Amino acid sequence: MQRTVGAAGDVFTIAGRQMRSRLLLGTGGFPSLELLAQAIAASGSELVTVALRRVDPTARGSLIDVLADAGVQLLPNTAGCHTARDAVITARLAREAFATDWVKLEVIGDEDTLLPDAPELLRAAEELLDDGFVVLPYTTDDPVLARRLADLGCAAVMPLGSPIGSGMGIRNPYNISLIREAVEVPVVLDAGIGTASDAALAMELGCDAVMAASAVARAQDPVAMAAAMRSAVEAGRLARGAGRIPRRTYATASTPDEGLAIFS
Amino acid sequence: MIVLNGDCSDVRPGESVADVLARLGLDLDARGVAVAVDGEVVPRAAWESFSLGEDARVEVLTAMQGG
Repeated sequence: MQRTVGAAGDVFTIAGRQMRSRLLLGTGGFPSLELLAQAIAASGSELVTVALRRVDPTARGSLIDVLADAGVQLLPNTAGCHTARDAVITARLAREAFATDWVKLEVIGDEDTLLPDAPELLRAAEELLDDGFVVLPYTTDDPVLARRLADLGCAAVMPLGSPIGSGMGIRNPYNISLIREAVEVPVVLDAGIGTASDAALAMELGCDAVMAASAVARAQDPVAMAAAMRSAVEAGRLARGAGRIPRRTYATASTPDEGLAIFS
Repeated sequence: MIVLNGDCSDVRPGESVADVLARLGLDLDARGVAVAVDGEVVPRAAWESFSLGEDARVEVLTAMQGG
């Protein structure tokens, strides 16, 4: 019997880039760059997101230096963009700034829920793919939209479990399973993760990886939560490969009745 | 009036992108920096040669924690 799940041979690949870790880490919300660096180490993540914002000449410390020291690949995002046009320009600037053509494409359609704007997302994805980008779109948990994005040529799809930063976990596990069936490219559960069990569930549902940001950065102990997420992703991946037992309404004895002593 | 990162600035027309970066304490080797003028990317290789027009809107961006 060949064992690959959870073993040394279990490699996660996006657009030809092979990774050992199936946990992507967001860098937003950490109380300090020191804690960010420790959390990256504890998470084992090899791919971390960064945003692009106006230079603040008074800013202390260099995020770029911290991430370079950590040896991780950068995944620039287009967070805060509300139109395809803004997202495309932001991605092009990120390519200049970070010398990577990878982009986590976010096009936000609603200020309160930060849910993706599907038509703008598709438009931006198409334009960036034409421009040679490796596009990882943040999308809703809609299997049809995920398939459209994959059909365009996106290197992965990143469906939300629930709104960004909500910590509400995976509100529609059924849809996440359907997305896994609907596309060939990697599925990375993005947004909504609140704690380790949410990450494990994502992997049990068949996701190829999990992205955690606020759940780690805003935990009381971000470094410990980073380690918890790492274990949860590995546990969920193993459980998915192991094959869970079916759910039953009534008990099924795990100890046989045969040979049971009779006392009355 | 040239607008730099959303604020009115005393950058003068004819200054280069590299001049603007110097005002912000950044040199041409600055890592993780990108520049847009009037909504278009100015590639690093053009920072010294690109001279700003009268009402240029300049955005100088860098890595921030996010996502």
